Amino acid sequence: MDISWYLVLSALLFAIGAGGVLIRRSPLVILLCLELMLNAGNLALVAFARQHGDQDGQVFALIVMVVAACEVVVGLGLIVAMFRRRLPLNVDEMRDLRG
Amino acid sequence: MVAVAFFAGAIGAVAGAIGVIALRNPFYSVLALVVHLVALAGLFLLLYAQFVAAAQVVVYAGAVMVLYVFVAAYVGAVEEPIWEPIPGQRFLAPLLAVALFVELSIAILGTALSSIDTEGPTVPAGFGSPEAIGNLLLERFLIVFEAASMLLLVAAVGAIVLAGRPSPGGSSASRPGTAGEEGS
Repeated sequence: MDISWYLVLSALLFAIGAGGVLIRRSPLVILLCLELMLNAGNLALVAFARQHGDQDGQVFALIVMVVAACEVVVGLGLIVAMFRRRLPLNVDEMRDLRG
Repeated sequence: MVAVAFFAGAIGAVAGAIGVIALRNPFYSVLALVVHLVALAGLFLLLYAQFVAAAQVVVYAGAVMVLYVFVAAYVGAVEEPIWEPIPGQRFLAPLLAVALFVELSIAILGTALSSIDTEGPTVPAGFGSPEAIGNLLLERFLIVFEAASMLLLVAAVGAIVLAGRPSPGGSSASRPGTAGEEGS
């Protein structure tokens, strides 16, 4: 398969993730859509690593996975904190900085 | 054979991604994301990224998704209101996503990089194996590796601070320093 197929697939997955972030209101689902976008970026990185015959892109993808894990941990911590304080789990109602 | 595997993985990945944004229950969205991640790991294998594929399944589809499932079960099903604060958002948002896809596709297919229309060079045996990636991480990218471990530590501490049990005294800010400032 040509590398361009992987890149177009990566663009499609990124667009689906971006659309999800814009449509959905639940912060949990928005985090899931961010995961979709990060994974689309990972697919492009690994595809470019294959194109160059170089493993640096794969290391980059691994580091992106680490950063994504950190983002998940902090984001889920925020959601749990919101739930404990009986705040609405809806990003439109959470637009004020002071709760 | 490679084309069949690619399209199977691609269909799985796209179906999982659509499931994430289309399913109403967040619990099912998480399960759809697991499907997406496993399909993506298959695509990584096709690109000779064995270690990244293994890490994807073990770390992502395993550990991170367990965290998501736990929080989804803890929070429970959140009902999304039909009320729209921004008029036309449900119409404009998919339009923007489609525009983004078209734009990215034009950028990819119209590029002057001629080598993206090939399968890539033949790679030596052991390309993307744990041994090769480990050598790179501990020699050439050692600083990046250490920075990643530090970032994980900071994230773990931050999660504990954020989601830690608030003290029984105040309902809002939980830590003694901020509570004193609020009282004054």
